[in-house]
Amino acid sequence: MTYVFVFEVGLAALLLAIAVWTIVVRATFAAIVFFMIYGLLAAIVWVRLFAVDVALTEAAIGGGLTGMLMLGAAARLREIENSGEKPGLPMRLAAGMLCTLISAALGIVVFSLPDVAPTLAPMAKANLAQTGLGNPVAAVLFAYRAFDTLLEKVVLLLALVGVWSLAPDRVWGGVPGFRVYAQPSSILVFLAQLLPPIGIMIGVYMFWTGASYPGGAFQGGTVLAAMWLLVMIARLQPVPAISLRPLRLLLVVGPVIFIAIGLLGFVLADAFLAYPAGYSKPLIIVAEATLTLSIGVTLGLLVAGPPEWKTQQ
Amino acid sequence: MNSATLFGFCGAILVGLGLFGLITNPQLLRKILAFNVLGTGVFLLFGVIARRGAAAGLEGDPVPQALVITGIVVAFSATTMAVVLLLRLYQETGEATISPDDTSAGTDGSRS
Repeated sequence: MTYVFVFEVGLAALLLAIAVWTIVVRATFAAIVFFMIYGLLAAIVWVRLFAVDVALTEAAIGGGLTGMLMLGAAARLREIENSGEKPGLPMRLAAGMLCTLISAALGIVVFSLPDVAPTLAPMAKANLAQTGLGNPVAAVLFAYRAFDTLLEKVVLLLALVGVWSLAPDRVWGGVPGFRVYAQPSSILVFLAQLLPPIGIMIGVYMFWTGASYPGGAFQGGTVLAAMWLLVMIARLQPVPAISLRPLRLLLVVGPVIFIAIGLLGFVLADAFLAYPAGYSKPLIIVAEATLTLSIGVTLGLLVAGPPEWKTQQ
Repeated sequence: MNSATLFGFCGAILVGLGLFGLITNPQLLRKILAFNVLGTGVFLLFGVIARRGAAAGLEGDPVPQALVITGIVVAFSATTMAVVLLLRLYQETGEATISPDDTSAGTDGSRS
């Protein structure tokens, strides 16, 4: 047993303990804060699994945006917190047994995985030079399985359309009712002035370095979204109305450019989303740059929620 | 036991934990939170498959890793949608819970 393994056992135990707490703690606010810690710990687990790209995504989403979304919702539901009856003891016992069985079955599966694991790593590595990229995960996302990535961005937009369509008719096209603090404190305002320049630089760097090292459009876009949300929470910038044309343009520019590059593949290469030889890296960078921007705006608006007022309050 | 197997067990337990929270907690927001714990468990199992597929000088199979990144994004989209639906439900009915024995939703005095 090495020191590293002892660390990993401790990490796994801590992760499980915090997950248990997230599930059983009575106060919703505490559960959400524990869930955010849980997301950050899960990110460390991903680093130990040598998946740094995933770790960045998990930290940004699990530790960050999901927690923020949930805190906003919990604040609105505070009046009815702890309402609802817990199911009776027999029901909870039955659920506990079912869940134990499922965990045990999955555990057996993990234990009996084949000794020679199936892998696509050699193929991913062999064709890496053709894509011009250095990060194999980016190559999977933007070259080998670019279609998945394109659909994923469309899912983000569809989710936003879904969120917006839940607004009552009278406020359609209005301003999202995003308010976490009624009165921003001076510390919050100070941080909202200090952090965005650094955050924006980190976001752009994450996208840029993603071609060769861990990082990428999604992780970078999430950091941009976080900076935008911070500025809106501190009320340094107003929450924009969703009918603003430049805003909508920003939302779709990434996917549209990506689809255009895909269609270009029909003409210059031989298939949809195929890149002409030698031009794959510049095309991927252009697609990623616009996607980073679109993802940032989409995520920010997803957290901001459906419109609630016709005009700025 | 190596670290991949260790985190595999961890993922397996997280799936069970998340499912337990999903079934037993009557509050919808907590159900969504539990569902996210369940999702992380599934993603971790993917990560273990990726780590075991280390070959050709790579520390893990990049294909499952990329799938997990896509998965996290889609899970976040679905979570946002669920949370907004829940808030809308609360606006309309004043309730945001599901009780197992409560067949006539919203008519009992279970609100605290």
